[in-house]
Amino acid sequence: MIKTDVIIIGAGPVGLFAVHQLGIKGLTANVIDNLDKPGGQCIELYPDKPIYDIPAVPECSGKSLTDELLRQIKPFKTNFHFNERVQEIKEEKGNWLIKTNKNKNFLSPNIIIAGGVGSFEPRKLPIKDLEKFEGKSVFYSINNKELFKNRKISIFGGGDSALDWALEFSKISKVTLIHRRNEFRGAPHTLSQLEQLKKTGKIVIKTPFQINSANQGDTLKSIDIKNEDGKIEKIETDIVLGFFGLIMQLGPIAEWGLNMTKKTINVNTENFQTNKPGIFAIGDICNYPGKLKLILSGFHEAALASVECFKRARPNEKFKFQFSTSSKDIQKRLGIKND
Amino acid sequence: MAKITYIHHSGEKKIIEVENGLSVMEGAIQNNVPGIDADCGGSMACATCHVYVDEKWFNKLSKSEEGEQDMLDMAYEPKKNSRLSCQLIVSDELDGLVVTTPEKQT
Repeated sequence: MIKTDVIIIGAGPVGLFAVHQLGIKGLTANVIDNLDKPGGQCIELYPDKPIYDIPAVPECSGKSLTDELLRQIKPFKTNFHFNERVQEIKEEKGNWLIKTNKNKNFLSPNIIIAGGVGSFEPRKLPIKDLEKFEGKSVFYSINNKELFKNRKISIFGGGDSALDWALEFSKISKVTLIHRRNEFRGAPHTLSQLEQLKKTGKIVIKTPFQINSANQGDTLKSIDIKNEDGKIEKIETDIVLGFFGLIMQLGPIAEWGLNMTKKTINVNTENFQTNKPGIFAIGDICNYPGKLKLILSGFHEAALASVECFKRARPNEKFKFQFSTSSKDIQKRLGIKND
Repeated sequence: MAKITYIHHSGEKKIIEVENGLSVMEGAIQNNVPGIDADCGGSMACATCHVYVDEKWFNKLSKSEEGEQDMLDMAYEPKKNSRLSCQLIVSDELDGLVVTTPEKQT
């Protein structure tokens, strides 16, 4: 059981800045994110796209914004829990008991949901028949390459992940690469390698084809693929891999009894608390009249939520508003040495 | 202004007058047309505003750029006439456009 002043769900820019706002008030935070690294949408969706509307930063990228936020919160030595998703929350004597999908438990008076549009999950093949094979013969990410030796592998997708794994597994298995259009999106070097392997018969490429069905029964033996004209081909296969990128799904948050509007959580604009005391929502995931889905709005929401978090975590102390320019407390917490 | 017909995959039709300059996606979101999610808000980063464009209209639209096709690779059941509705900008020429939403967006 990890005890902390605040649990932050989501390590995107707003979650990271919340760490700062809590940290300068002397509060500890633990940050949980389903991705394997900080940055959220900034890193996952647009690491290289320029952002022009961060105050006093005329231009930056999703990557550089994330890096700078991490630098800003470095003094607080925050614990991050990546590749983990909060599964359940339960109220316990004014605190929240939080459990992740990896069975890690936390106890905290405050939860700040800075979850953007939800957690990133791999997009799956749209065929019901394949669900029961998931984790046995159908995969959306690769953990153990050994599983894929001397097999018949069908790989779906046209991007870098699909191409890289097709090239890799063509060395140890029989690979069929299936894509919905004739064009692949990959590095020039990768594309020329693919062309070479196709010519020498090391990889079979099927375009423009999509999945149509899979065999019934307990073991995956074959799949049917279909092209735009309705032509169906059967492919003998014992492994199916799908690489269609990541989608954002709200997941378990929707079941926590929070008042919601569509996929967003209703909050008040005084401290961004939800209908449950001690649960806050900030950034893209929160909803209030006039809400703008801007990073700078999320920063403001983080600052105000952190005040209420302080009051709940330190009920016997009085909250003192302080400026970082003059407060010795804040400067000490930031590790700044004054002469 | 253009009248845009949004057909839900269930068959339900909604005809909306959308202002020039808005996208077909924004026309849907602002008028609570079901079946278009637009999770990323129109930055061509998510493929949850995917629509099928009526065949008569498909060739009249400006061609999709590569980035849009890359995102459509990720969409749920893309077809030949698939487009991201955030990339279809409304003008008088689009008056009468008909789009159908897929069975689901993710």
